[in-house]
Amino acid sequence: MIAVINYGMGNTGSIINMLHRIGAEAEVAERPEDLALADKIILPGVGTFDTGMGNLEEIGFAGAIRDAVLGKGKPILGICLGMQLLGNRSEEGKKEGLGLIDFDNVRFSFAAETGLKIPHMGWDIVDIRKQVPLVEGVSERPRYYFVHSYHAVCRDPADVLMSCSYGYEFTAAVNRGKVYGTQFHPEKSHRFGMKIMENFARCV
Amino acid sequence: MFQRPRIIPCLSIIDTDLVKTTQFREPRYLGDPVNAVKIFNDKGVDELCVLDIRASVNHEKPRMDYLKDIASEAFMPLSYGGGITTLDEIKEIFHIGYEKVILNTSAFQNNGLIEKAAQAAGSQSIVVSIDYKTEMFGKRNCYISSGTRKVKLTPVQAAKTAENLGAGELLLNAISRDGMMDGYDLHTIREVADAVSIPVIASCGAGKTGDIKAALEEGHAHAVAAGSLFVYYGEEKAVLINFPEEKEFVGEGIFRY
Repeated sequence: MIAVINYGMGNTGSIINMLHRIGAEAEVAERPEDLALADKIILPGVGTFDTGMGNLEEIGFAGAIRDAVLGKGKPILGICLGMQLLGNRSEEGKKEGLGLIDFDNVRFSFAAETGLKIPHMGWDIVDIRKQVPLVEGVSERPRYYFVHSYHAVCRDPADVLMSCSYGYEFTAAVNRGKVYGTQFHPEKSHRFGMKIMENFARCV
Repeated sequence: MFQRPRIIPCLSIIDTDLVKTTQFREPRYLGDPVNAVKIFNDKGVDELCVLDIRASVNHEKPRMDYLKDIASEAFMPLSYGGGITTLDEIKEIFHIGYEKVILNTSAFQNNGLIEKAAQAAGSQSIVVSIDYKTEMFGKRNCYISSGTRKVKLTPVQAAKTAENLGAGELLLNAISRDGMMDGYDLHTIREVADAVSIPVIASCGAGKTGDIKAALEEGHAHAVAAGSLFVYYGEEKAVLINFPEEKEFVGEGIFRY
């Protein structure tokens, strides 16, 4: 069973919808104890870094996630803010992240004359930087839906799973071991996202 | 500009019927909205917009159960507008699987709502719909309640106000062009897009893919929405949910890849 963590940050609904559509067993986890029953975890999230991290700590999910992932080796997929929370910290806030992968989140920054708007919002193609189970069989130039103002900067380039370009090249997905994170929304990226979700449900 | 500008089919609904209006009037029954969403999903549409065009006029609240049925078939970004008056409704709409809410009547009547919503959910998820008519001597005025009540603002004035209050995006509806399929109002789109720094979605008037290109290039729109173009087929306007193939957009130079 895949547990989709509800910590008051955005919609678990669309993720559950897609998991059910591909025939995966998935439930919303409302309490830290629920993670003990899950084989895999999805950490969604829309909102600000400190609010997200604050909620995870307050409900007790922060410790439960570390225990499930570091202690029991359960795979986790962070989506959007959920991905950013897998890192160490963010320019958006003061709190420490979960620290499951060694990266920081920084705000997009462009010269005014580029005319580029923040947030980066819309569909973009990504480059896959390494072959791991999550991206198995993903078409050659997949496109995904993004909405974000901050992006990950990995200390170790080997943790970069996908890159994308908006003004400059940035990290669109991260991975170390069984910890995965996508800055984009697979649950809103129809067939391209469905493939990622299928891989997470079946292969990872 | 994005390599792939957003092209958004806009589905008008009344209760649980899919309809298409002409100049915001004469709704024609087209079928089942959920079925239309399924078809757009299969066609790989990049974003969808659902508008209940009678909710505000009839003082009805968003029908959450039905909106949830629609969302369960939409594996793409989804926005909803119609009858929204409170922050709790906005939160509920996000919770059931929508990425954005579209405010019109309540945005003009209750300015506090845009600010509150933008603070709670982030500007990127708050769209303000600006519906305007071109009247005597080319004067343009904004309207609320599905185009039935005039507010004394030009589209540019309304756009700037919405931006200042925290809207993350504007949906610009040229009421006189709705359902006419004879092209977007490029002049107004450009005027509004150049006056604000948030994205402007051009809407009303698309009759062919070339109109989309014009709205993006000449109109400086960030994205386009269209109704008739994606629900009608042929000169007789036969009902057929459709979306051009990828290669057509690439061929027109609208998609860069």
